[in-house]
Amino acid sequence: MDTLDNRYVIQARNLGIYYGDFKAVTDVNMDIERNKITAIIGPSGCGKSTLLRAFNRMNELVPGARAEGQVFFDGEDLYAKGVDPVEVRHRIGMVFQKPNPFPKSIYENIAWGARIHGFRGNMDKLVEHSLRQAALWDEVKDILHRSGLALSGGQQQRLCIARAIAVQPEVILMDEPASALDPIATLKIEELMQDLKKDYTIVIVTHNMQQAARVSDYTAMMMLVNDGSRAGTVIEFGETTKIFTRPSDKRTEDYVTGRFG
Amino acid sequence: MSASPAPLGPFQDNLPRRHRLGAVWQWIFFAATIIGIFVLSALLLDILNESFGYVALEARVDPDTLAVDGVPLEDLPKEELIRILQDSLSASAFNKLNDEKPFEERSQANVYDLVIERVVKYKVLETWSLWESLIHSDEIRAQAAEEFPQAELRFVSWLTVETIRRPQSSEAVNAGVRTAILGSLWTIAITILVAFPLGVGAAIYLEEYARDDWLNRLIRTNINNLAGVPSIIYGILGLAIFVRALERLTSGAVFGLVNPTTANGRTILSAGLTLALLILPLIIINAQEAIRAVPQSLRKASLGIGATKWQTIWAHVLPNALPGILTGTILAVSRAIGETAPLVVVGASTAISFDPNLFSRFTTLPIQIYQWTSRPQGEWRHLAAAAILILLTLLLSLNATAIVLRNRYTKRF
Amino acid sequence: MTKKYNGEASGYPLREEGLRKRPRAGEILIQSILFFAGFFSIFTTLGIVYELGKEALLFFRTPEVKLWDFLTGTAWQPHINQFGILPLVTSTFITSAIAMTIAIPLGLAAAVYLSEYATEKVRKTLKPILEILAGIPTIVYGYFALMFVTPLLRSIFGRDVVEIYNMASGGLVMGILILPLVASMSEDALNAVPLALREAAYGLGATKLEVALKVVFPAALSGIAAAIIVGVSRAIGETMIVAVAVGAGPNFTFNPFRGAETMTGHIVRMSGGDLSYDSIDYNSIFAIGLMLFFITLTLNIISQRIVQRFREVYE
Repeated sequence: MDTLDNRYVIQARNLGIYYGDFKAVTDVNMDIERNKITAIIGPSGCGKSTLLRAFNRMNELVPGARAEGQVFFDGEDLYAKGVDPVEVRHRIGMVFQKPNPFPKSIYENIAWGARIHGFRGNMDKLVEHSLRQAALWDEVKDILHRSGLALSGGQQQRLCIARAIAVQPEVILMDEPASALDPIATLKIEELMQDLKKDYTIVIVTHNMQQAARVSDYTAMMMLVNDGSRAGTVIEFGETTKIFTRPSDKRTEDYVTGRFG
Repeated sequence: MSASPAPLGPFQDNLPRRHRLGAVWQWIFFAATIIGIFVLSALLLDILNESFGYVALEARVDPDTLAVDGVPLEDLPKEELIRILQDSLSASAFNKLNDEKPFEERSQANVYDLVIERVVKYKVLETWSLWESLIHSDEIRAQAAEEFPQAELRFVSWLTVETIRRPQSSEAVNAGVRTAILGSLWTIAITILVAFPLGVGAAIYLEEYARDDWLNRLIRTNINNLAGVPSIIYGILGLAIFVRALERLTSGAVFGLVNPTTANGRTILSAGLTLALLILPLIIINAQEAIRAVPQSLRKASLGIGATKWQTIWAHVLPNALPGILTGTILAVSRAIGETAPLVVVGASTAISFDPNLFSRFTTLPIQIYQWTSRPQGEWRHLAAAAILILLTLLLSLNATAIVLRNRYTKRF
Repeated sequence: MTKKYNGEASGYPLREEGLRKRPRAGEILIQSILFFAGFFSIFTTLGIVYELGKEALLFFRTPEVKLWDFLTGTAWQPHINQFGILPLVTSTFITSAIAMTIAIPLGLAAAVYLSEYATEKVRKTLKPILEILAGIPTIVYGYFALMFVTPLLRSIFGRDVVEIYNMASGGLVMGILILPLVASMSEDALNAVPLALREAAYGLGATKLEVALKVVFPAALSGIAAAIIVGVSRAIGETMIVAVAVGAGPNFTFNPFRGAETMTGHIVRMSGGDLSYDSIDYNSIFAIGLMLFFITLTLNIISQRIVQRFREVYE
């Protein structure tokens, strides 16, 4: 292992992902730094979500999906034999594109994950703590037993973030978490991410370049490889300011300046 | 959890337990699904088991004594067989047979059957199932020799070509399902003739013409509710309407037909109409789905070149929906073929030995099975098993047709 | 088409009426016929309600029958003018209850397996088998109950405990009959639960079992309830199994190993003989039929309401 370093939570090495015979993502190498926000950007269909889902083994819920290469999490290969995807997802949480609260009460939405993992502490405190961290506590503290579905879209998404926090992961993967939300709700999520990175490492997929520029510390630029295989890969990865101001790859420059279709 | 302030208590390591629980439950779920297969096999095996086996038969007249000049009974010419009948039966019984169908018109096989039925008169003393016959054949032989010294022990298949060819009879060894099969076919023909056009018409109306107003919502809800009404209720309805109120129509009196076997409206026609009412909602619901599956673009294309609504439906919607409609109809019809309860209520007859027609009393395959099963003597139950095999074969081939239709035509859109 | 209008050079008619609407008698006729076909089912329902109602009324008008005794009497013995429907109702509910204790757990477990666990290939083999099970005529199940399940029960529990005709055997087989119905409707309900919910749970680190039982199942609960209600309605209306394997005559008993007669079984036995019109027996089957009709109709309507609500949540 060349650069295993405690600075990095997730390290992908020669990562490739297949759906059946179709290779969706190829040859990804990237190191994700602890307590930073890393954005993955790129045109639609280039495998951003697929790559993100490879970081907590969500892809394998799709029949026929498999990965090659390694993804190290705190130095341990997620794809090694004997690694339990259930435990992986416990440590690396996920927030999805569309808010997807359970059709249960707000309280239950948050308590559920902790309960299945055998949480032995004070559940009320955990719920309050998680909701506070997700900046939702003040809005819902009086309606904890109302259905999670009764909240607005932005509130639902923050509920989903609180739900992810409640099982106390190290990393939170966010798959275009604000794409279904209005600008004000989006702003709230972005502010929340800045607060959360004190405690968590965040990886976010976004198709919105301004958002990536606003919130992230590092940015990975994905693009389809140019050999007709229609697999996506990371063509450039570095500090966000550099990617957006002095990209080294011509394709990245075209994309971030809007010259790319 | 290094970074989190986590004042919140520890997580207990429960992963092995959770996975164990998962494995146990997965096994339970799978077992529950498989139970269906077990029951299905048990059911089929049980029926096969009852369809074959040893029978202890006693003949009133030993057929060997009827042989003439060393020619065995079954090979005797028709004339000889008629003579035997004449000798053994009373004059009136013989004439009655001749009235039913003149002996000149009867075949040798038919007269032979009559000799067996009326003269030889096999009587079933005891029956054994296939399993018993195979496993305990020696014990059965010993038991038969001891208990029924006069009897002949035969290994029989209750299901033979003869079973299908022969009409109902008062002795199980001579009885067949011919009249029941014909009854079923007649009934189903009427059911299809009535329910198919009416059902498809209703589906076209509901999918293509009906606006979303209260009346059409009522019609839709009503059809869904009718699909859930127990079949026996349709039998009661058929009894009240077709058998009783419309007796002149269903007995054929309206058409000037006076049937000698008059049935007071308890006829094939009543049975067919009752089953038509029963499967109408199913045909409508299936046809609606098939019509709904035709893409809207096809309708727009047709209407766009100035075709009228009906032209569009007739030339584009129906041809494309037809495989789906037919599949649904076949499934509904196979439901009707297996129906028993409504026909019992409408008044199926117990024993019919003549070929039925539209206005005659009737029996059907399931009715025959029901009646034979209800008799306490074992031989009838063996016969019922054979009839079940015939019924299941019929249904299976119908369903196979439906599946082939569905697979051949559904991948089009 | 062009044959009709062959006078014009273009092959099309000059339309004197321009673009105005032309009367299309054929279209209107066809539409009327189709409307009749659609409306026809209303007649069926009216027929059921009218005929059952009329004859049932005659039944209750006869001096021997008193509505109160009908509803509360524990003996149904027409020949001595006792018309208490309770023996028929209790045996109907006992056989249905036995059927549902088989059909609900097995049906739901099969639904969960097919929708959450089975691979596409396994599903494609197992579902047709369940469909075959659902397509076997009920008289065949009746035969199976009488010839296989009853002897089995008698050899397990003892011949003096289990009567030849008994409610347990009919109920058990009825459960097998209803199992595919419950399984297939519940599976539809489970499949209708959005993938996003499953992903949410997996994303939190839930195991497959936790996703299936604690997230998907509760989310599909109303659809599953509808499936169960339809199953109950089917059990109550089921006839041939109970007529063959249970029926021995009305018997007010709660012992599942004893013979009894359900509402449907009674109707079949009564009409199996030669039933003369306008006799009290004839009228009584309509009264029982009416009751059966209302019970099943109510259950079906409740189930449809639930399914509708359930759809509104997810669509």
